[in-house]
Amino acid sequence: MLNKNLNLIIVVFTIIGLSFWIGLNINLLPKEASINAPIYDELFKILFIIGLILFIGMTLIVIYSLFKFRRKKGQLGDGIALEGNLSLEILWTVIPSVVVLLVGLYSYNIYDRMGGMKELNHNHHMIDNNSEKIWAGISQKSNTQLSTNNVNIEVSAMQFAFLFNYPDGDFISGELHVPVDEEISIKMESKDVIHAFWVPEFRIKQDIIPGQPTILNFTPTRVGKYPIICAELCGPYHGGMRASIIVEELSDYEQWFNKNRKTEV
Amino acid sequence: MTISIEPENKKQESIQPKGWLKYFSFSLDHKVIGIQYLICGFVFYLVGGTLASAIRIELASPMSDFMPRDVYNQVLTLHGTIMIFLWIVPVVNGAFGNYLIPFYVGARDMAFPRLNAVAFWLIPPSGLMLIFSYFIDGAAQAGWTAYPPLSITTPQSGQIIWILSVLLLGGSSIFGGINFIATILKLRRPGLKLMQLPMYCWAMLGTSILVVLSTPVLAGTLILLSFDIVANTGFFNPVLGGNVVVYQHLFWFYSHPAVYIMVLPAFGLVSEILPIHCRKPLFGYSTMVFSIMGIVVLGLVVWAHHMFTSGTPPWMRLFFTIATAFIAVPTGIKFFNWVATMWGGRISINSAILFSCGFIINFVFGGITGVALAQVPFDIHVHDTYFVVAHFHYIVYGGSVFVIFSSIYHWFPKVTGKLLNEKLGILHFVITFVGFNLCFAPQHWLGLNGMPRRVAEYDPQFQFVNQISSVGALLMAISTIPFLVNIFISIAKGKKAGDNPWNALTPEWLTSSPPPVENWEGEAPLVKEPYGYGESITN
Repeated sequence: MLNKNLNLIIVVFTIIGLSFWIGLNINLLPKEASINAPIYDELFKILFIIGLILFIGMTLIVIYSLFKFRRKKGQLGDGIALEGNLSLEILWTVIPSVVVLLVGLYSYNIYDRMGGMKELNHNHHMIDNNSEKIWAGISQKSNTQLSTNNVNIEVSAMQFAFLFNYPDGDFISGELHVPVDEEISIKMESKDVIHAFWVPEFRIKQDIIPGQPTILNFTPTRVGKYPIICAELCGPYHGGMRASIIVEELSDYEQWFNKNRKTEV
Repeated sequence: MTISIEPENKKQESIQPKGWLKYFSFSLDHKVIGIQYLICGFVFYLVGGTLASAIRIELASPMSDFMPRDVYNQVLTLHGTIMIFLWIVPVVNGAFGNYLIPFYVGARDMAFPRLNAVAFWLIPPSGLMLIFSYFIDGAAQAGWTAYPPLSITTPQSGQIIWILSVLLLGGSSIFGGINFIATILKLRRPGLKLMQLPMYCWAMLGTSILVVLSTPVLAGTLILLSFDIVANTGFFNPVLGGNVVVYQHLFWFYSHPAVYIMVLPAFGLVSEILPIHCRKPLFGYSTMVFSIMGIVVLGLVVWAHHMFTSGTPPWMRLFFTIATAFIAVPTGIKFFNWVATMWGGRISINSAILFSCGFIINFVFGGITGVALAQVPFDIHVHDTYFVVAHFHYIVYGGSVFVIFSSIYHWFPKVTGKLLNEKLGILHFVITFVGFNLCFAPQHWLGLNGMPRRVAEYDPQFQFVNQISSVGALLMAISTIPFLVNIFISIAKGKKAGDNPWNALTPEWLTSSPPPVENWEGEAPLVKEPYGYGESITN
């Protein structure tokens, strides 16, 4: 009996160890390029490890049962007449409830750290009269901090392109240029059908809705060029609806901005 | 159609064609209607599968080079609509429900046999209409979700035919749901208590409640959408002041429960199959019942988890995260109970049990990614990507379709009196299981790394993984060959099964195989312990 329990403990710890090893060592995500990304990846790792423990455990139990309790040739008769077990039922109701609750609280914490619980507002448009119509994406900081930089960008989406309007410079760009390590707030509106703004390296996505502006705040942390992908079916060329976001040093960004601006300072 | 016909007085069989021709007649026999649902569903499954193959051929290369882009969108729209509304929903509910529920409650037919026939005969014309809309002006191309304003701006005829077709199929589903509720609650054999019913009855009761509560919402929504398309109203059209997000709320109020309409009956079927082949009672009968009802209640309040990126306020995101994640608890209870049913059994390794175990493994995987997707911050990155595509195929294919195959292997002897060939069955299982996992497991990675769903073209860096997925799809297509060969050979010259080849105790086996029109020659048997297998430990 003791031997049997020992075997069980060894198996359980092997599954847990294996799951941790896989979860911590195998990276399934693209590189991180925003403040959100490492927070997201932390959540992903935890969920991945819990999921692996459950999945490997259940799969092994099913395969083991199929093997161990299979009917051998010439074997007659039934299994044991066991109709249930109250304490087991309580066990596998309570433990998953606790796990689900903890995961929920943890993801709430992640969401809060991403700025999801903050009231969103946009700094450069006086929208008091219809502020309830602006629907939120994720914001990393509160809106009061937004005015510290001058990166105001309006995104308009249409079949099948994104256009980026820089109202402070009075110009429109086909590429989204933003300075690194600054909080960017974009206001997005669609000219026709629903689109979505997705940057996989930033781990953020927000639908762009006709007749209903949405806001997305993010802080890029790594200089480079990343794809902006439309993630909502928007018509025949949906798969080709792409743009690029170019994250650059503040000086490079200002140089680009000044080259393109039409209005004087 | 509100007056039920006394089943005892029914003499339909006199005008019914004999033999296989009866499956092509307007029969009122619940068994014939059940098989009609199954065959009709399987034909549409082959159509939907062909469309899926076309999608995977297109995605074998990064460029959009196999078919025109608008045709690609029509193909993915039809694939989703056909697989949901013409294959899984009608088969797990209509086919097995009609065949089994009257047996399980000890009745000679469903409560409303004519309504039952109407419900079935709505399906073939709706399906044909949907498919042939392609030849008019192109089929619908806004996805099976038909989000406005895309569905308002794409060619009208295809979208309107899609709406009509889904409305008719929804009507069929509601008729079926009412019929199942009435049959289970009112046609039970005297002396048979609710808590003595086989688990599939409970699953169908829960499912039918969901059908009756949520399908009318979809119907109303689609009627409003059709007004927007043909009469220039502005319910959802932003140009006329409509709100596109309202449509999403209404749509998902049906379409999330639709997932449970597809999986709850499958849960019920597995609960019937496992105890018989494991020779053990179903573990934890009453917790199984409560967990079904828990899923029904929770399933109605989780719809907005499909809309986390649509512009939903934070409180709404949180509420739907918690509600969704908690569905894992009653669902988990069911899986632990099935595994406990297997534990200590005397398991016959056959095609039915293998497909059921494949279902458990696949569904656990899909459930885990489902709990992850319920978390708002997790979902925001992978929403509308191949991660989601992979997740829901693990639920509806790895879950429901595996159970449909398991059930066909299990009940084929009942319907035909012949046994299916086990070697071909196991071959079918192995190809399906390997093909399915090869097709869908890699798609999780695609979604995480930047491939959105419903695209005809993608970055070249994703080509290799997409090709693996396409090879998996090819295997899945091939897997239907041993299955079909097996069915036809076994019908023609399969081994005689006898009345009860599995030594089962549920009422459908306590009669001849195939059963007589009245289900039992004499009085319906009173089965108080449908899962009374096993040898008591004291012996």
